[in-house]
Amino acid sequence: MSETILTYPGHDHPAVFTQAELDWHPWLAPPTEEDLTERQHAGLVDKGRAKSPYFRLLARDPDILAARTRTDKDIFYNAKDGLPRAERELAAAATSRINGCIFCASVHARFATHYSGRGEDIDTLLAKGAQADLGGRWNAIVDASAALAATPSQFSAAHVGALRAEGLDDDAVSDVIHGAAFFNWANRLMLSLGEPELPSAA
Amino acid sequence: MTTTIVHDAVDTALGIEPGSYLDKLRNRRPTTRENAQASHEALFNPEDDSEVTRTERHALAAFIARLHGDTALASLHREGLLASDSGPATGTALADAIDQAATAGATSGPYGHYREEGPLQGENTPGLRYVVPTPLAAELGPRLTAALEHAHLLVFRPREASPEALATLHRAGWSTDAIVTLSQLVAFLAFQLRVAAGLRVLSDVQGQTSTHDKATTTTGENHS
Repeated sequence: MSETILTYPGHDHPAVFTQAELDWHPWLAPPTEEDLTERQHAGLVDKGRAKSPYFRLLARDPDILAARTRTDKDIFYNAKDGLPRAERELAAAATSRINGCIFCASVHARFATHYSGRGEDIDTLLAKGAQADLGGRWNAIVDASAALAATPSQFSAAHVGALRAEGLDDDAVSDVIHGAAFFNWANRLMLSLGEPELPSAA
Repeated sequence: MTTTIVHDAVDTALGIEPGSYLDKLRNRRPTTRENAQASHEALFNPEDDSEVTRTERHALAAFIARLHGDTALASLHREGLLASDSGPATGTALADAIDQAATAGATSGPYGHYREEGPLQGENTPGLRYVVPTPLAAELGPRLTAALEHAHLLVFRPREASPEALATLHRAGWSTDAIVTLSQLVAFLAFQLRVAAGLRVLSDVQGQTSTHDKATTTTGENHS
């Protein structure tokens, strides 16, 4: 029974990248909230994450989930120095756009818009991907994210030079690397373990 | 090789010494540094390896590191594989088969076809849909072969991931719990290998800068 694949033939799938709020449905059965063990709860780190089928599915391996969650939170939320929050979200959204994760891109495009107030530029990023012209500083961050999304990595001294020329210090450049790198992790989980859906209201 | 200083996997792969530029830079984000390594430990030194064996974990990781062109992390996992296997002869043969499988899978990504109908179809890009070469598949067995093919899919064409791909893993003997671990392993390495790649570039850039600094101050005395 636990080897079942879940599919959603009646769902309305988003056909383009969007800042709209999407749902996400797992292809593998997550434990129910009631069935979560103590270890699995610990893996979720935040109690609220037990509501999410994505995090409950990942709780099937609680140790890696806990370490991943703490890595995620520090890279994106520890903003006392280095790259501003808006631009960490820009790196996340750009990486998701390039890897093709419509769900991840929608979430982090909204965050980038929220923190930067540049919703139209984010729409351009979602429409055009790495080719979008968003001004020097954002272009440098998107270019670096695109180079890091490549396998093998194409990130080079030229990308570091472009980021520094736009005023990023070493901490900020390191934040770009970590933010973009982290979404290569997130994208692969969300793309391979389930699918997005347009809520019926949309 | 063994020292009293605990190097994490990225330190080991990059040869980061305590007090060096990269050591200091990484210590600006100690929580990230510690939890990136905790992730590595959770995957490669797991409390419970009944669903995915240590041999399988290191074999997959060596394959994935090679696909990313990271010979240092590939070597680290080759060593892990050899240390995890019951017999050295079996381990060496397996490690060699993994190297050959990675050589056959070398390409550059991301590429692939969108699953979504509509305008994104215009962004589809062709590329290798990797199948483990037959003689190697026989050597690796159906379970590891399926995992390598899935890892290649996630590394290079994540947009093509599908429920059918998970069904293929089930048929090859991967349980639901094991697929979650396998997915985390591939996805984590996509992160760790990029952190390593990015830090290498920063170190090279910094090295050039410090060489330049030294060159401009050669007439000065050594202050320390």
